[in-house]
Amino acid sequence: MDWWEIISNAIRTGIGSTVIIYTLAAIGLNLHFGYTGLLNFGQVGFMAAGAYGVGIMTRTYHHPLWVGVLVGLAAGFVLALLLGLPTLRLRADYLAIVTIAAGEILRLVVRAASLQEYTGGSSGLNGVADEFQDKWNFIWTPEARYGERIFGGRLNFRFTGGELWEMLVGWTLVLVCLLVMWLLVSSPWGRVLRSIREDEDAARSLGKNVFRFKMQSLVLGGLFGSLAGIFYALQQNSVQPDNYVTPVTFFALTAAIIGGFGRIWGPVVGAMIFWMILSLTENILRQAEGQDYLPESLIDGVQVGQVRFILTGLGLMLLMIFRPQGVFGDKREIAIDVRK
Amino acid sequence: MSASDESNEIVFGQTAGLGGAGSLREADWPNPARGMFDTVDPVPGASKPDPILVASDVSRSFGGIRAVSVERLEVQRGAITALIGPNGAGKTTFFNLLTGFDKPDSGNVMFDGETASGQASYKLAIKGMVRTFQLTKVLARMTVLDNMMLAGQQQSGESMFRGFIRMWGGQEAGVREKALEILAQFNMTHMSGEFAGSLSGGQRKLLEMARAMMAQPRLIMLDEPMAGVNPALTQSLLEHVKRLRSEGISVVFVEHDMDVVRDISDWVVVMAEGEIIAEGTSDMIGSNQAVIDAYLGSSHASLTEQILTGHIPDVEEVEAGLAEAAELEAAEIAAFEAETGPIEQVGESSDD
Repeated sequence: MDWWEIISNAIRTGIGSTVIIYTLAAIGLNLHFGYTGLLNFGQVGFMAAGAYGVGIMTRTYHHPLWVGVLVGLAAGFVLALLLGLPTLRLRADYLAIVTIAAGEILRLVVRAASLQEYTGGSSGLNGVADEFQDKWNFIWTPEARYGERIFGGRLNFRFTGGELWEMLVGWTLVLVCLLVMWLLVSSPWGRVLRSIREDEDAARSLGKNVFRFKMQSLVLGGLFGSLAGIFYALQQNSVQPDNYVTPVTFFALTAAIIGGFGRIWGPVVGAMIFWMILSLTENILRQAEGQDYLPESLIDGVQVGQVRFILTGLGLMLLMIFRPQGVFGDKREIAIDVRK
Repeated sequence: MSASDESNEIVFGQTAGLGGAGSLREADWPNPARGMFDTVDPVPGASKPDPILVASDVSRSFGGIRAVSVERLEVQRGAITALIGPNGAGKTTFFNLLTGFDKPDSGNVMFDGETASGQASYKLAIKGMVRTFQLTKVLARMTVLDNMMLAGQQQSGESMFRGFIRMWGGQEAGVREKALEILAQFNMTHMSGEFAGSLSGGQRKLLEMARAMMAQPRLIMLDEPMAGVNPALTQSLLEHVKRLRSEGISVVFVEHDMDVVRDISDWVVVMAEGEIIAEGTSDMIGSNQAVIDAYLGSSHASLTEQILTGHIPDVEEVEAGLAEAAELEAAEIAAFEAETGPIEQVGESSDD
């Protein structure tokens, strides 16, 4: 088995675009659930709002990309208001139900045949972000290759100019979002959010307008989700309705849980660990299968894709058993019975 | 020996809330309410010289059950008012109606001259009516100090934008100082870094009261502040309530323990079946026939009177009282049946 290839693939995944997308989405969920206690099971809806904002503006109406980005963020903003207004005065579970449904509704609407001329229907919109590489990338040539194979050629650190640009923009976005999060949650505003997470009646009895704070949190976290969707569209250079399915939300939630809810760096490390485990298990299984370490009767090439999720699930279970607070969480918090 | 005598003998140690309060003496906290009620009629709905809270015709029903139906209640400014009544009398529901946590079906609540009914609970809290809860609501996964600092009022850093651009450093230092000062009064300074969820039940009660004080109330509403608290800590909590009064804060509290009520309340309001059935000083309440009837039914008169006046009966007395009550009841039934014929049992009574 070529362990160096397995390791370099894992590292490339860990710093790659997929991790960036899920990190951004998970930062939003961290604000929602980790700091405010809002159950948002429809983060993918905010991602779709952002992505289709870009797609429809640039492809259907031929506006420049920056207009698309702004419209994408505005779409996320409006979606958050629509979801929050009727539900945030009610118990927490109503928001969960409404968001999970809204995510699905949004996906089914954009893939509807009757909207094909705007959204491209089930085939989506392609070439939505040509500008992102052709005009905005002022450092590298998108198709050219850069970088080295290091450790005597064993670790592959060669990337195309396009990939490097994606990673530069993506990680910059992540750092900016984390800075925004840190500035906010460490302020008295963040303290009110945490008090709402613990007990909103107590917050109310101390003169806090709980609805307003919950709405602000929902909107901001939704905007992080929209940013994730926008970056997804830029990176793929297309928007496909079937990329915005419910499991995306749950992968992002998983990343946030691994990293530890209520911690600034949780989503980043959580998303890295989640996708690196997936990459490692896939590569190990593929090589083992390719070199006949695993008999065909036990597992074939197609099944590898499923088995890696089984193994990842096992890893998650072990994590929850031995470190339920996540990587960055505080064990003392888990020990507290919040129902008392 | 009664429970109150025993608790007075406990020597306060240096645990949370005890040491500080142990050094407090009633003489340190003069009662500004003394004499305030001399001219007040001890009748339900009595008008007070300077009411801070006025409820008129407040009612609330759940389904077909009328939980609260209060014609009039005035709460005197600067005094400690106790709200008592048997279980299910509607005390907590009435509390929720007064503090905006529930909306009355009809009626009107005025707080310090402004209409309070229909206002959101958080707005009433900002205006100075701060409540605590029967089941303590501490913010478990926040530190004691954060619990306190949250309650600081008019913090500009609570605006999302101003929090973001960090225009709150100076104010935050002031809030922290105030929080630590109040924690010191409650002798909880050494716990400021601990998660509130790791505190004991009594300490949570203390923290909730300290936190309510941090919100700078003019009227503090305590829903069963002594429930589940050991006698020594109760004594400490009582001293804190008296200190609130000496600082000019009005206090309303719901309580079951008559010793507590007699110890600190300037005025007692009794509720039963959603209505206010009596008002007066604690001495008047003990001998009020309507109150005695409400607590144990008309047949338990002597027993109830003893309890209400602070006498804790022993087992023989209770048995004797109950036997006497059973005799009276049998006599009443016999008299009733003699007039109207035999009573038929038709399931559970529905007027409860």
